[in-house]
Amino acid sequence: MPQPAEFLVYPHRAYGMDQDRYDWQPADRRPPVQLKSGAKAMAFITIPLEFFPLDPPAKPFKHPGAMVTPYPDLRHYTTRDYGNRVGVFRLLKELEAAGLKATFAVNAEIARRYAPLIERIRAGGHEIAAHGVSTAHIHHAGLSEEEERALVAETRAALPDAVTWMSPARNESFKTPDLVREAGFSICLDWESDQRPLPMRTSAGELTCLPNHYELSDFLILSTRSQSEDEWADQILEAAAQTVAEHPERGAQCFGFTLTPYITGLPFRIEALARVLTGLAAMEGLQVSTAAVVAAAFAEASQ
Amino acid sequence: MTHSDPNLYDYWPYEGRPKIRWPGNKKLAFWIAPNIEYYEFDPPVNPSRSPWPRPNPDIAGYSQRDWGNRIGHWRLMDLMDKYGMRGSISLSIGLIDHHPEIIEACIARNWEFFSHGIYNTRYSYGMDEAQERAVLEDSIRSVEQATGQRIRGYLAPALTHTENTLDLIAEHDFWYSCDLFQDDQPQPLKTKTGKLVSMPYSLEVNDVITYSVQGWSPQRYTDLLKRHFDQLLKEGEESGTVMCIPLHAYLVSQPHRIRIFEEALKHIAAHSDDIWITTGAEIADHFRTHYWDESVKDIAARGVATGGTGFAPAR
Repeated sequence: MPQPAEFLVYPHRAYGMDQDRYDWQPADRRPPVQLKSGAKAMAFITIPLEFFPLDPPAKPFKHPGAMVTPYPDLRHYTTRDYGNRVGVFRLLKELEAAGLKATFAVNAEIARRYAPLIERIRAGGHEIAAHGVSTAHIHHAGLSEEEERALVAETRAALPDAVTWMSPARNESFKTPDLVREAGFSICLDWESDQRPLPMRTSAGELTCLPNHYELSDFLILSTRSQSEDEWADQILEAAAQTVAEHPERGAQCFGFTLTPYITGLPFRIEALARVLTGLAAMEGLQVSTAAVVAAAFAEASQ
Repeated sequence: MTHSDPNLYDYWPYEGRPKIRWPGNKKLAFWIAPNIEYYEFDPPVNPSRSPWPRPNPDIAGYSQRDWGNRIGHWRLMDLMDKYGMRGSISLSIGLIDHHPEIIEACIARNWEFFSHGIYNTRYSYGMDEAQERAVLEDSIRSVEQATGQRIRGYLAPALTHTENTLDLIAEHDFWYSCDLFQDDQPQPLKTKTGKLVSMPYSLEVNDVITYSVQGWSPQRYTDLLKRHFDQLLKEGEESGTVMCIPLHAYLVSQPHRIRIFEEALKHIAAHSDDIWITTGAEIADHFRTHYWDESVKDIAARGVATGGTGFAPAR
């Protein structure tokens, strides 16, 4: 059977993007940004703090890292929870040893359950961002607007001061940017289209997207792709060196990467983690900061 | 009805815990858990999960595990003798009947036995309380008959559980469970009765995970064991940690791996001034006797104690 006639109709086939959240702008057609601090590049570290329920829903898909074996999958539940109990404290210790601040993307469920952890992160001067309700609450186009607005509101209630948003599994519906902006979030870590903060149009005003590079995700490199700790560390340091080195042509750029407490927080990875953090902290021309500080620095530069 | 949280333990931040010291003022308790398993040639099918990746009989999988018992186990035993390390055997209880020679060799070395179910091809899914009790009682009785030893630890067969598993092993006076992976220190579990310790056993440095799941090389496995050990020893200065290496002879004892694995044991043995080389039951006993009450108190003070017991939340 042939495809229906509309399969050969291309309503968005024109110059630029096929969606109107932001405009097309290739890297070589725009003025370079110079940061007031003089930094040539900025990096931000995203640390997801996630609750993985023992009985996760399968729709619209199972969150990466969700339970694998039949209920009750105590094995995966407890290996994930290890991150929130033990691993995250190793990350905090190494961040502090290197003098760096990170952005902790926190599920509402974690904020409600693990108050001592949230207090500890705040006391360390790190940014607390919102990461949806839990890994069982994925934003997707199959939700009604009311259902999705309720998820955002529940997250907002648990994390009233957060300005940065990251969706569970970084999955969105067509309306997610509008709903999170409407709830007062001004920064989003889901879209990684650019190498500098990207202003996005929403029905409630501008939302700034920061590039949190999936290709640098510790889950992807260390777990899915099974690469070594040293290979992982080398790639993060290489990304930093490259963005700094491009400064003469491209101006200031930024990038982000994730440290997942149940992955990078394992004892045998701490040596590589320390090499990454001290390497970034010492890198000439690079400034490592939280998502909110990165967004503000680029916003200030472009005024 | 399912639960989103098993409620088997309370939230307890790793930072700032009371200081644990192991006997002899040691900082790290080190134990090795060789899994001595029997996988049936033609097991009954559990509706929740197939016993083998391929349809029965899965010759490749079956014979590789048999090689582990015929060849690999003896190679690993020689290596552990060389470094004076006793094993805590995660035992498929059925193996006592199939291969008594292995049991005798372990008794001769004063190794510890704990239960890993009857066969690793009999999953706990769907068992009622009486059936799970029968497995535990069979485990206790069979090991006692064969060795005179009362088992104190449990690792559910193939890591399969019911909501009752932890309560039932506590009720049967087991001292420790290897089934939970939330921490690098022992800690109290919230069972209806008993004093059941959650014992660090570790999947992350388990040879099944590193070789069969992650696909890492022998050199990389040794490298991560050394790094894992160095980090836990460093943290043990603050409060005693536990490191376990769970092993499967059908993997680690392969001729292309065993010599490279030995480098890790050599590295660990070189720190014998700081570490307690011991068994799971001895660690559990020490923790129950000296640190149980203090831990419960610290969890209430600095953690989030929610009450209730496993799968029975307070409220």
